[in-house]
Amino acid sequence: MILLDRNSKVIVQGITGREGGFHAERMKEMGTALVGGVSPGKGGGEAVGVPLFNTVAEAVSATGANATGIFVPPPFAADAIMEAADAGIGLIVCITEGIPIQDMIRVKHYLLSFPQTLLLGPNCPGLITPGVGKIGIIPAQISSAGHVGLVSRSGTLTYEAMAALTKAGLGQSTVVGIGGDPVLGLSFSDVVTQFEKDAATTHLVIIGEIGGSDEEKAAELLRHSRLRTTAFISGRTAPEGKRMGHAGAIVSGNKGTAKSKVEAFEAAGVPVAETTDQIVELLTVR
Amino acid sequence: MKLLEYQAKEVLASFGIAIPPGKVARTPDEAAAACSEIGPVAIKAQVPVGGRGKAGGIKLAQTPAQARLAAEQIIGMDIKGFRVPLVYCEGALDIDREIYLGFTVDRDNRANILMLSARGGMDIEAVAEESPTAIAKLYPNPWRGPLDFELRRLVFEAGLGDLVGPLTKVIKQLYRAIPEQDAITAEINPLVLTRDGQILAGDAKLETDENAAFRHRDLEERFAEMLEGDRYEVEAKKRNLTYVSLDGEIGIVGNGAGLCMGTLDLVQRAGGRAANFCDIGGGAKAEVVQNALQVILMNPNVKGVLINVFGGITRADEVARGVVEARSALAMKLPLVVRLSGTQEDEGKRILRENGIEPGDNGWEAAQKIVAATR
Repeated sequence: MILLDRNSKVIVQGITGREGGFHAERMKEMGTALVGGVSPGKGGGEAVGVPLFNTVAEAVSATGANATGIFVPPPFAADAIMEAADAGIGLIVCITEGIPIQDMIRVKHYLLSFPQTLLLGPNCPGLITPGVGKIGIIPAQISSAGHVGLVSRSGTLTYEAMAALTKAGLGQSTVVGIGGDPVLGLSFSDVVTQFEKDAATTHLVIIGEIGGSDEEKAAELLRHSRLRTTAFISGRTAPEGKRMGHAGAIVSGNKGTAKSKVEAFEAAGVPVAETTDQIVELLTVR
Repeated sequence: MKLLEYQAKEVLASFGIAIPPGKVARTPDEAAAACSEIGPVAIKAQVPVGGRGKAGGIKLAQTPAQARLAAEQIIGMDIKGFRVPLVYCEGALDIDREIYLGFTVDRDNRANILMLSARGGMDIEAVAEESPTAIAKLYPNPWRGPLDFELRRLVFEAGLGDLVGPLTKVIKQLYRAIPEQDAITAEINPLVLTRDGQILAGDAKLETDENAAFRHRDLEERFAEMLEGDRYEVEAKKRNLTYVSLDGEIGIVGNGAGLCMGTLDLVQRAGGRAANFCDIGGGAKAEVVQNALQVILMNPNVKGVLINVFGGITRADEVARGVVEARSALAMKLPLVVRLSGTQEDEGKRILRENGIEPGDNGWEAAQKIVAATR
């Protein structure tokens, strides 16, 4: 397992919101060590059976929290990420979709002063370590514990792949959604590096899509990897210049094409599934 | 939001950047009038895509009669799928040098990148490929913007040291589009140095971030109405749906952008083409499904619909009920294939069958079914 393990103590920023509350409940249900919530002005109260704090710093000193899930609305989400970093949180998972790009560019620059802090997302489903816990919105009931790592830019395709793996008796070590925005925290390469170091992960599924070149970089890392990996790329038929639902899913000129990504994986010896159903097939023959 | 050239120039001018005299013309007569006022002009198609020159969307006119003729030819033209609603008539410049100046979001470095090159007037991507060293680059600190010495270094690196004063000023003015308008791409190509030593924006591109629209309502009010987008996309936006228009014949509804893209790929693999897709997101309640189907069906090219939903937190049986309700509320007659998966999948499929909708077992099978049904 990576990123989220038995030492993780989790808070939720925006826990008194509809989404934050609903998903904090689900996180708790599956056994995540949820220790508190942050909602400015509501400190001293309680939500989802955990204490509320006005600031992340207070939550950290009172509970020893080291991870957070952010569900605050887009205009305030960048600030929430920086507040968490400033308070010493080691793993920040930002679920919020629709954060302005320039806000995220400033956040990325701010985080340079916190080299130990990891940001996952934004605009991502979060992560789940089956049997241990989750931060975010990945449905726990389709997961099962095992040795396959999964990393993806898409939410629903992640769930599809998880469900297919679970059905085939292949459990997951940790499932990580890095998100569909153009300016992200952890990249495919960052997550692949983590899985590489995790002895309990033997196989890897990587689900990419058009836009940017993070897939190509990860493919390069996988060239000499011990992990038995299968890739999948969505958006093969997307026209140039159109944003395909995700802010980051866009082919610009000849950059970010599915073709380039598929070729990069194939050149690195990583088979690329044509359909999501093929992912399990390719993973098990290797 | 991608602004049209004349709109982008209006914004740049508000930052103090010099622009040539110009007038918007919606009719050939207005173009003729603009020419008699300004003198020799370039008649330029206003569309939010590049490559209009090659497509015949820019013509030079010496006289009002020529301007009228050019506008007649250009207005209403189709350039890469965009109908030209109006032209911009702009005074011709006495060009000495053409410079490239622009910024964009460098995704790989998760930062803004400022670029300057002495080789303006041509496609910057072509310059980058041929001679990458001809483009000077700067990653400004996003909190405080570029510093003077960084800009001077950029100008000297680009081999434009003789213009260090005026260029530094223009770059600073252009950079204002980031903090003030949440721009994600801006380009002045060419930035023209005239024989009498003026520096003016010959062309301008400006794209602002849709995610930041909540703090720039003014910009949207001023310009959005003029941007002739796809009318189905405009309608979907009003309904708060994530919708993309394409040019095939199969409508697609899915939950999640990745799943939608994956479904388009499957349809094409099965020999069909998607007409559009609508991402209904996590919830997928009956009301949302109905809303999505309504927008999908507005496009008369749609000959059948494929719904591909993975039920995670949303249960598949709820989605199935939503689909059944939506179909009857819309009295939909076109072929419909639904692929449901995830939590309560069997119950979901049972509900579909009971209502005469054939469920697909997996995405690939469902894609083949809908392609066959629309043949």
